[in-house]
Amino acid sequence: MALTRQEMAARAARELQDGMYVNLGIGLPTLVPNYVPDDRHLVLQSENGILGVGPYPTEDAVDPDLINAGKETVTLLPGSSIFDSATSFGMIRGGKIDAAILGGMQVSATGDLANWMIPGKMVKGMGGAMDLVHGAGRVIVLMEHVARDGSPKILRECSLPLTGKGVVNRIITDLAVLDVTPSGLVLRELAPGVTAEEVVEKTEPELTVELVGSAG
Amino acid sequence: MTVARTGFDKVVASAAEAVADIPDGASLAVGGFGLCGNPIALIEALLAQGTSGLSVVSNNCGVDDWGLGVLLNAQRIAKMTSSYVGENKEFERQFLSGELELELTPQGTLAEKLRAGGAGIAAFFTRTGVGTQVADGGLPRRYDGSGGVAIASPPKEVRTFGADDAEYVLEESISTDFALVHALRGDRHGNLVFNKSARNFSPLAAMAGRICIAQVEELVEPGEIDPDTVHLPGVYVHRVVHVGTDIEKRIERRTVTEPAAASSGEEG
Repeated sequence: MALTRQEMAARAARELQDGMYVNLGIGLPTLVPNYVPDDRHLVLQSENGILGVGPYPTEDAVDPDLINAGKETVTLLPGSSIFDSATSFGMIRGGKIDAAILGGMQVSATGDLANWMIPGKMVKGMGGAMDLVHGAGRVIVLMEHVARDGSPKILRECSLPLTGKGVVNRIITDLAVLDVTPSGLVLRELAPGVTAEEVVEKTEPELTVELVGSAG
Repeated sequence: MTVARTGFDKVVASAAEAVADIPDGASLAVGGFGLCGNPIALIEALLAQGTSGLSVVSNNCGVDDWGLGVLLNAQRIAKMTSSYVGENKEFERQFLSGELELELTPQGTLAEKLRAGGAGIAAFFTRTGVGTQVADGGLPRRYDGSGGVAIASPPKEVRTFGADDAEYVLEESISTDFALVHALRGDRHGNLVFNKSARNFSPLAAMAGRICIAQVEELVEPGEIDPDTVHLPGVYVHRVVHVGTDIEKRIERRTVTEPAAASSGEEG
């Protein structure tokens, strides 16, 4: 059984350890904090200039001057700080953010990521993704294993324009967890009921199978 | 430059007066992220004045009927430099039809280009964009109106630095004729304080402008802002317009927590 989106977010939450500064991309990664246990303290960075992003506000506390990078209204937690965008990306490029969890359209065998543009369709822009993939201590891509038409999203080479070259450390999908290593992709975990053969078949590049646990 | 100024008193009576000398074809750096911290009174004054052919540097371009979107809808913008323009259908139409030029720039690189422009730095090397079209060139900047690309971005210099020979791309700074920003509080000398995440690109846009115009919700006398709490020193600000605390602010994505869920949360 492939993992649901909620189960994928829960698996990604296991990547985040107590004391980490973390940046989460828009979409599926925004669900990840829901699955972080209460005794594990994280500080969430939002690249528009917040460290210490809190939950969505109650209706009476909505503030148009307090939004996250997805333009959603948010709150601030005790210990938070506010800064301008140059300082924000300074801490990202400067390696101060421990991990980033981002969505992906394609990932290559060498950790290239494409997640911002489909030529011929409207180009919305890369936002902060190109900065994050070079700056964050660990780059984790959270995405479906295959595209809607069943074609692989993990490829020998990305066919879409890149966000960054050789930047991805780990891929978490609805079927498996894979690491990008100097010797290629390594299959680490399988979703419950998913076989290594199925993952190999749905992944274009060759995989080394070194299972260490279950992704469920 | 016709706006009279007495000593360091930079207060201008109205938004219309503050933008009166912005000519057609001017370049502007505009603060804000999404609809947060947009200098809407100054934008609307430019719209009313009829200024056109603008080259605008701002992280986004508003939405169809708010923020920079109002200038875009009136076809007053010739070129945008932004990191993300995905919230605006008219933007897409003008870009794909070849009416509008677009220079897509990674968000952190855009922030640093503005900061550098205001800080006397001509260019800088960054890892961001290495191995992509940002460094290699080929990003469409203007379409020809029949599906083809009329202008594509040029390749940039890439150099290796450090023990690991990591590659960095050369990015040039940005300076503009004018900057438009919104602040919570300003004094007559132009010292500014921003509110929460409405700070975002605003100090950087302000620094990049040769003439910076700030609209402020609260106008105070010099000395009323604790010097230690000034976010942007008045040296970067040339005109201050008082717009009041009831100026409209819009929310792009109103996300809320139900009160029951919040009571067990961490607000505190």
